[in-house]
Amino acid sequence: MAYVTETGYNEEVLIKENGLNDHFHDHHHGDKFQSNFITTYIFSQDHKMIARQFLITGMFWAIIGAAMSIVFRLQLGFPEENMAWLRPILGKWITVDEAGMGRLAPEFYYALVTMHGTIIVFFVLTAGLSGTFSNLLIPLQLGARDMASGFLNMLSYWFFFLSSAVMLYSLFLSTGPFSGGWTAYPPLSALPQASTGSGTGMTLWLLSLTFFVVSVLLGGINYVTTVLNLRTKGMTLWRMPLTIWAFFLTAIIGILSFPVLVSGFFLLMFDRGLGTSFYLSEIFIGGKALENVGGSPILYQHLFWFLGHPEVYIIILPAMGLVSEVLSVHARKPIFGYKAMVMSMLAIGFLSFIVWAHHMFMSGVNPFISNFFVLFTLIIAVPSAVKVFNWIATLFGGNIRFNSPMLFAIGFVSLFISGGLTGIFLGNSAIDIPMHDTYFVVAHFHIVMGIAAFFGMFAGVYHWFPKMFGRFMNEMMGKIHFWGTIAGAYAIFWPMHYLGMAGVPRRYYRFDTFEAFKHFEDTNKFITVAAIIVFALQIVFVINFFYSIFNGKKVTDANPWGATTLEWTTPIEPGHGNWEGNLPAVERWPYDYGKNGREFIPQWEPLAAGEQDGGNH
Amino acid sequence: MRSNNKIHPKKFGLYISFASIMMMFTGLTSAHIVRQSAGNWLEFKIPPIFFISTVVILLSSATIHLSYKSFLKGREQQYKWLMVLSAVLGFAFIVLQYEGWQQLNAIGVDLKGNPSGSFVYAISGIHAAHVLGGIGAIAVALLHAFSLPFKVTPVRKLRFELTAQYWHFVDFLWVYLIVFLVMQH
Repeated sequence: MAYVTETGYNEEVLIKENGLNDHFHDHHHGDKFQSNFITTYIFSQDHKMIARQFLITGMFWAIIGAAMSIVFRLQLGFPEENMAWLRPILGKWITVDEAGMGRLAPEFYYALVTMHGTIIVFFVLTAGLSGTFSNLLIPLQLGARDMASGFLNMLSYWFFFLSSAVMLYSLFLSTGPFSGGWTAYPPLSALPQASTGSGTGMTLWLLSLTFFVVSVLLGGINYVTTVLNLRTKGMTLWRMPLTIWAFFLTAIIGILSFPVLVSGFFLLMFDRGLGTSFYLSEIFIGGKALENVGGSPILYQHLFWFLGHPEVYIIILPAMGLVSEVLSVHARKPIFGYKAMVMSMLAIGFLSFIVWAHHMFMSGVNPFISNFFVLFTLIIAVPSAVKVFNWIATLFGGNIRFNSPMLFAIGFVSLFISGGLTGIFLGNSAIDIPMHDTYFVVAHFHIVMGIAAFFGMFAGVYHWFPKMFGRFMNEMMGKIHFWGTIAGAYAIFWPMHYLGMAGVPRRYYRFDTFEAFKHFEDTNKFITVAAIIVFALQIVFVINFFYSIFNGKKVTDANPWGATTLEWTTPIEPGHGNWEGNLPAVERWPYDYGKNGREFIPQWEPLAAGEQDGGNH
Repeated sequence: MRSNNKIHPKKFGLYISFASIMMMFTGLTSAHIVRQSAGNWLEFKIPPIFFISTVVILLSSATIHLSYKSFLKGREQQYKWLMVLSAVLGFAFIVLQYEGWQQLNAIGVDLKGNPSGSFVYAISGIHAAHVLGGIGAIAVALLHAFSLPFKVTPVRKLRFELTAQYWHFVDFLWVYLIVFLVMQH
């Protein structure tokens, strides 16, 4: 009883349970968390190891997802070429006729498109991006020993792993993985007999994504709790780096939106397994009428997009946070408009919940209701423009280091502008009606949330690689990676806008048989060739990554970039608990560059007499 | 170094998961409203047995709270048996829900028919799954209560609070759901 105070717990108790104690290492002879191979590298509860696990799993999926896109781009660019050479990899999905001509099975084409979307959106850009950097940076930049619950954090990764394993298994089913589009709209997803992938493939897809949501929620609960509870002394909310603000808001958005997706999934599971009719009504299949009456497929679309729209911000906000940090560090200037950056992220986060129906302008939504969604969709352009303005203003007059992380961060800004502008077109329901489901949409979202988010991730990997592995990545390979990727990415997606404006629909198996689209043959060839080159450049990145882990230039200075944030106060290769002695205390905001005649003043340096803290104005 | 909030981080995490679970049921009840406004909706009355189950689960909230109070005051026997009672009431709630589904079925509202009925099964069923999770947590608490020597330690107090607060949450979640279902049917 003596330990329990009026408010519940005294500090001792908190410290004992969370290991946040200043005397952390006094009681830490032999680290129980990292005592053997399994607890260090596999079932690790250390946030830095979990971050690396997320990153490497994400990279594995990125290669699979991108390789899939190469296969379907080959089909679109060269529909008359012989694909028999892919038979050793794709097996029966390449049908070879007597003349030796191999063709991609049309149902597998749909499976590839579906899996490409699912994998990249969820496994790479959600788990691989926010999972990696939230885990790595939240404790390190806030001055915490670890996450609030290392155990839940470990579970978060292993649920992701389980989800990955189920999805990977579904790729090898004899009926193929799910093939009804990454959005899994009913009735294709609700009726096992609807297509080859709608059977076991869809069951596994649902199972996999349900595990995935568990992973995101466990991670998100941990991130929010850690940010609100475990900041070091002096680290007020307004002294947090923008990375942390971004991860924090991302986690909140995920916690509020993913459960709604799950409720949509539950109803879908009931329709599939228990014979209910939430999404099904009056359907004829194979010439027979089904008994299901009274359901509405639009209901699923509402539930799906209530997650689906916030999901794109779950992807892009962490990238924005990473880019803000990298731009400021390598421009040697304070981020322009720190508070405006936070406020615009808050605004984007809030608005993301009230615009979902702009994905459904063509689903028979009442045009008056559409107006509401058009209005709020277009308002998102305001905070987005604030952010772009601030990034450019940060660069303006900066003493810019054009190294790999900085190049990718600048590339992100370019892509975000190009992709964001086409969002204004599509956000108007009147323009969306002719544009919907065309390559214009494909170009828009690939640039603004696909490639841009990848660029944010690359900026983060190049910048924090020294923190993760104690070595630098190779600069020459990094620059080749950047220049090739930015040119190649525009070469892929820029022409797609024109295809879309000409009405070329997405998800079609081939265009050369359509009178209206066959003259785009050369454009499609060009896009495919560009995609192959960009894919090859990502292999350069993967080689650079793994080569540098073992052979990269060693980091000798604890703060190699001259940054101000706390992660650079740890030893070069921090152990469990991050700091060897006491935790660092924070005295100022994180963006004091070029102040008082000094290149940078780190966060742990006390304010000079009469000095104003930068975050306060 | 210390936590910035007065509230324990684990408790805070639990509250965030409440928000998350709440969003899931908001999604389900919104879907109910959207579907209902589209017409072709079977009208029926919620069987009264669901009100009995509501009373039972509210009682179990009261007993677990009293058990917690007894725990703090060091009344070992009262604490143990009130917790047993809470678990029994929780289990009774599940049985009553099952009985409710049987009665729904008996009045011709089956799982597969008009979504109007399917929603009642789905919403109460997914809620029951959350109650089962709570019963699991109480089962662990019972195991501790009867196997560990009685002692009020901060760790055990925290565990008890986490269990009890989750239990209160699923109880009041049910109150929201039953009020919603009665108003909509």
